[in-house]
Amino acid sequence: MKRLNGILLPHRKRTESRMTEDLPMPEIVRIPMLMHMGAPCEPCVKPGDPVTVGQKIGSMIHEFSAPIHASVSGKVKAISQYQTQNSKLVPCVEIEPDGLQTLYAGIRPPKLETKEDLIRAVRESGCVGLGGAGFPTHVKLNTTNQIDMLILNGAECEPYLTTDCRLMTEAADEIIGGVCLLMKLLGIKETRIGIEANKPAAIAQLSEACEEFVDVKIVPLPPKYPQGAEKVIVYHTCGRVVPEGKIPADVGVIVMNVSTCAFIYRYSKTGMPLVTRCVTVDGNAVKRPCNLRVPIGAPVGELLEFAECDMDSVHQMLSGGPMMGQALYSTDQPVTKQQNGLLAMKAAKKVHATACIRCGRCMQACPLDLMPMELERGFRTKDVVSLKKHHVHLCMGCGCCSYVCPAKRPLAESIQLAKLLPGTKGGAAT
Amino acid sequence: MNQMLVSASPHERAPLPTWHIMLCVLLALLPAAAAGCVNFGYRALLLLSVTVGTAIFWEFLCRIIMKREQTVGDLSAAVTGLLLGMNLPPDLPLWQAAVGSFVAIVVVKQLFGGLGQNFANPTVVARIVLMLSFTADMTAFRDPNTDAVSSATPLVTGASYWDLFLGNTAGCLGETCALALILGGIYLWLRGIISPAAPLSFVGSFALCTWLAGNDPLSQVLSGGLLLGAIFMATDYVTTPLTAKGKILFGIGGGCLTFVIRQFGGYPEGVSFAILLMNLLTPYIDRISMTKPFGTTEPREKEVRSDA
Repeated sequence: MKRLNGILLPHRKRTESRMTEDLPMPEIVRIPMLMHMGAPCEPCVKPGDPVTVGQKIGSMIHEFSAPIHASVSGKVKAISQYQTQNSKLVPCVEIEPDGLQTLYAGIRPPKLETKEDLIRAVRESGCVGLGGAGFPTHVKLNTTNQIDMLILNGAECEPYLTTDCRLMTEAADEIIGGVCLLMKLLGIKETRIGIEANKPAAIAQLSEACEEFVDVKIVPLPPKYPQGAEKVIVYHTCGRVVPEGKIPADVGVIVMNVSTCAFIYRYSKTGMPLVTRCVTVDGNAVKRPCNLRVPIGAPVGELLEFAECDMDSVHQMLSGGPMMGQALYSTDQPVTKQQNGLLAMKAAKKVHATACIRCGRCMQACPLDLMPMELERGFRTKDVVSLKKHHVHLCMGCGCCSYVCPAKRPLAESIQLAKLLPGTKGGAAT
Repeated sequence: MNQMLVSASPHERAPLPTWHIMLCVLLALLPAAAAGCVNFGYRALLLLSVTVGTAIFWEFLCRIIMKREQTVGDLSAAVTGLLLGMNLPPDLPLWQAAVGSFVAIVVVKQLFGGLGQNFANPTVVARIVLMLSFTADMTAFRDPNTDAVSSATPLVTGASYWDLFLGNTAGCLGETCALALILGGIYLWLRGIISPAAPLSFVGSFALCTWLAGNDPLSQVLSGGLLLGAIFMATDYVTTPLTAKGKILFGIGGGCLTFVIRQFGGYPEGVSFAILLMNLLTPYIDRISMTKPFGTTEPREKEVRSDA
């Protein structure tokens, strides 16, 4: 089988053998009402209200969304405005923790007997894709397509990040428990778990945990970025091609991050909604890189402090990995549901774009066989016809083209901007 | 605390800038250039210094006059200069060499917008211009063994395989030593700078045509500028196709054209003309050899056609 293109990156997984630690209680948590793909939630608490862990504080006003719960017990200090990383202004519930972590009274394991039960429970849990994109999980599960394959994404192909690797090593049983639950309730026949071959410990632990299940298969993937991209992992684990403009469900597949799957299992046992998550704290300004279990909404500055980061040398902070992560603008910004990494980087040499030499490296790196240099030119000249001809909307923004470009051209950035030009949507040229 | 830098992803870049690629090409050319200097003496070294020096100078001057960002540092002018020097007879008058680098850098490269914008290989065009302008000087080849100047290359005189392989023959400065050229090509291939598709298909198709025509393919491949052209000029990023399929088409076209010109043409040497013609065809080859993006059903070319 043909392998899709990709690039070899330095892995820099310094935290892969560190046990996950708990972050000490932060002084304040700020919980934005948009931590998922879709519509923002509406706050359902007022300043001064007491809240408890797991209490709903943001309710869905649209089906394509996910509710939001308090991650600490304490008092609502204010409802402020928060600017997300893509510049949307959303309400944000600020909670002053009392340190007691009192649990919300209404927390009990959900009744899970049918597919509808599962989807309702997942919707109530506030679960979103924990791999980074934050797609509401109940929307993904509530498909009318016939699904026969569940693919768990344990690729974790970004440098530095190791939260999924730690989860697979520390809690393989939870992942397999989640797999069994999903397979039973959704009537899925087969599961494949894709893991980059650079995580032998994770592969060993998971293989042991799923030994007795014949229809769960571990697929080692080449350690080549971006193995974790949805279309890439679907193709490399089961050989199915997700056609242009379609989603994995259209080829009978549901793709889910390993940590999302483990969360669904934990929720089925405890009924505790999504209020904490694991974050890798690393980067060349961090002295003690670590994996932290963090209440959602904790300020990133406190994580960096815990990891003994030299704040004076930090030049850039990233939410996520270096390839697809987004730059943070302040240490007060909260940890969100989708954030799998927090990197603090020292000042790097400024990159300076020079002329394209047509070396073709961007093309050879593109996992989807696009022509990034043509797309960049199409963006510069605002040539919508050419952008459509070269399938601009297929680009998933993995950044391989920018990474390899010897002229340091901003290819991935231009292509993302090109997708916003009017008239580029809507498939092939007409 | 510092102001945080907010920039678009990816936040890491590969440590291979343009000047590094050009430096690798310079390194790969060095063995053949050195072999030329050994065979033809100090005059060869002088000629190379002149072509490299003037190429850098023209680039520098051009960028100043055009009020553009200075690009001498990307080393592409140095590569063009060295490659041009290697394509000239070692005894060419130095002022003619300077004219050659003017044509390459100013006329072919900078007037079209600089690196990446030229449609033809600067070295190839400069060589052709010199050939047509100073035919006598451009065809006065010195035999390194006897130092006798003759007007014929081994293409027409014939020489032993071993002499051809080591470069112990008359010819252009950097094209005679097949061994050094092949070593340079292998180095570039191993470093991931060039793909072997174009050189192999170029040499392969040429050898096949020569054999079919009843000539000796090995001596034809080893003599003249074939290896220099196939390894270093048919792999120029700017003026050759992008995809592997396109590169193979380019190589086959170049090989066949070289054969036709050598066999039936008035000039003894056809590599430069073949490469120039293929350079002109490159945009069309690119069109018919585009890859199909993952998950799409129609190849891009069909859509391009239906639009036209």
